[in-house]
Amino acid sequence: MTLQSLAQILASGLLMGLIYALIAAGLSLIFGLMDVVNFAHGEFLMLAMYATFGIFAATALDPVLATPIVVGAMFVLGAFVYLAVIRYAMRAKANIGMVQVFATFGLGITIRGLAQHFFTPDYRSIQTSWLAGHTLDLAGIFLPVPQLFGAVLSCLSFVALFFVIRRTDFGRALEATREDAGAVALVGIDKNRVFALGWGLGAALVGIAGSVMAIFFYIHPDVGSSFALIAYVTVALGGFGSIFGALAAGLLVGLVEAISATVLSPSMKAIGIYAVYLVVVFMRPRGLFGNL
Amino acid sequence: MLLEVSSITTTYQGLVALDAASIDVAQGEIVVVAGANGAGKSTLLKSIAGMERPRSGMVMFQGERVDGLAAHLVTARGIAFVPENRRLFPRLSVADNLRLGSYLFRREADREAPIERVFALFPRLRERLEQRAETLSGGEQQMLAIARALMTRPKLLMLDEPSQGIAPKLVDEVFEAILATRRSGLTVLLVEQRLSESLEIADRGFILQTGRVILSGRAGELRDNPEVRRAYLGI
Ligand SMILES: Nc1ncnc2c1ncn2[C@@H]1O[C@H](COP(=O)(O)OP(=O)(O)O)[C@@H](O)[C@H]1O
Ligand SMILES: [Mg+2]
Repeated sequence: MTLQSLAQILASGLLMGLIYALIAAGLSLIFGLMDVVNFAHGEFLMLAMYATFGIFAATALDPVLATPIVVGAMFVLGAFVYLAVIRYAMRAKANIGMVQVFATFGLGITIRGLAQHFFTPDYRSIQTSWLAGHTLDLAGIFLPVPQLFGAVLSCLSFVALFFVIRRTDFGRALEATREDAGAVALVGIDKNRVFALGWGLGAALVGIAGSVMAIFFYIHPDVGSSFALIAYVTVALGGFGSIFGALAAGLLVGLVEAISATVLSPSMKAIGIYAVYLVVVFMRPRGLFGNL
Repeated sequence: MLLEVSSITTTYQGLVALDAASIDVAQGEIVVVAGANGAGKSTLLKSIAGMERPRSGMVMFQGERVDGLAAHLVTARGIAFVPENRRLFPRLSVADNLRLGSYLFRREADREAPIERVFALFPRLRERLEQRAETLSGGEQQMLAIARALMTRPKLLMLDEPSQGIAPKLVDEVFEAILATRRSGLTVLLVEQRLSESLEIADRGFILQTGRVILSGRAGELRDNPEVRRAYLGI
């Protein structure tokens, strides 16, 4: 293998890794906030992809410009899901863990069913868009522009997330709520509001990923499931609830995927990811950055 | 009266923890609620704070009903509560815990206003601002919990056994701080097992037994009451 092709593999891996990190960030945020694993996370991604496609089909608005609209809509959806479903699931008197699993799992199945009904199982794609089909030639390393755009958005999102969490009142309220949701009322914080905004933020993050991925992936009702699986691995690898762990783990997953696709075979790339996952989890059961 | 609790009954899955209990607190007073373990003292404070829902009865604060309000709204009305396990945000810094106390205020000036007074009460907090709350000693954590409560700029401060589990030297500091906050105009509702020390700083007191108020009166009267002396002061 030449140095050139190695650099190519690493670059592709990192680009996809940043997108995986973005998908995982929302999942990890919600888990860290309230110990709920959102098993409908893949369906959130799918909805964001359809929303981007729908806006494009209806108005020919380019996905790049549709992103803010999609992200805003996903924020509202996330907050609504908390207020309409999760809030009630958290009140379960017994077996609360299972109730939460089934609430989000059932939600995912419902969303997928609705998508199959209303959008049909057909594969869709956005045929012509500003970024699609372009590649950037960087000293012989080819970077597909849509992925590059996703990676840049991912970096910006993590910077913004860091700023929100460390520098704003809402961020401090989020940190306090994840520490002890039962205690935030003592300082006048409404935990339901924080939870709803947290779900909104989590869905908005996966919405960013979805609107970019709509440019270069086929869109269909089941598109979320394989990415959701990678996101669960990424979150577990990074340490449940650690957002910056998700970033590091996302990059690792992207790299391992790219390397195993080359070294083994493209159809075996998932095996590399799970092998790394098993090794890390045996050695560090809480993940790379977990401190739970 | 600043606070009027009228005949509230609070239950846990049918078990009656507070049985038609009534207390009142006037502006500027220190009022102590005492009683044996399990008497319902914590339940009383939680019922006032909106953390438990009374089944019946009324809680009036500044002439308005506050029972039935969500706990964060009770805080916003001016009742600050330091629960028995303190409920700090353990992995956040002392500074962040304090800043969270002023979460309700939008203007920076309103947020900063109580901080100097808080540091005057608990100078050691100033030295520990960057430390995580969980690294403080028990007594320091109690101080931080009271400090965080004061940052909400309350009209009534409710403390659940602030002397519990802390070094004797710090107990004095905490009691001193309670007296000092009253001097600056704050009203205090204090739950304590250490009745003799509490009666020294309190104006009035209520004695709870199995969810009922069995005795009440001025601190001096309670101190001299033979029943109180025998049952609670061990004299
Ligand atoms: N969360 C709870 N669930 C069930 N029972 C409780 C709960 N909290 C308190 N109790 C019961 O209510 C009664 C009063 O408790 P509490 O108010 O904590 O008393 P105190 O603070 O005076 O020790 C006790 O019998 C206690 O066991
Ligand atoms: Mg108690």
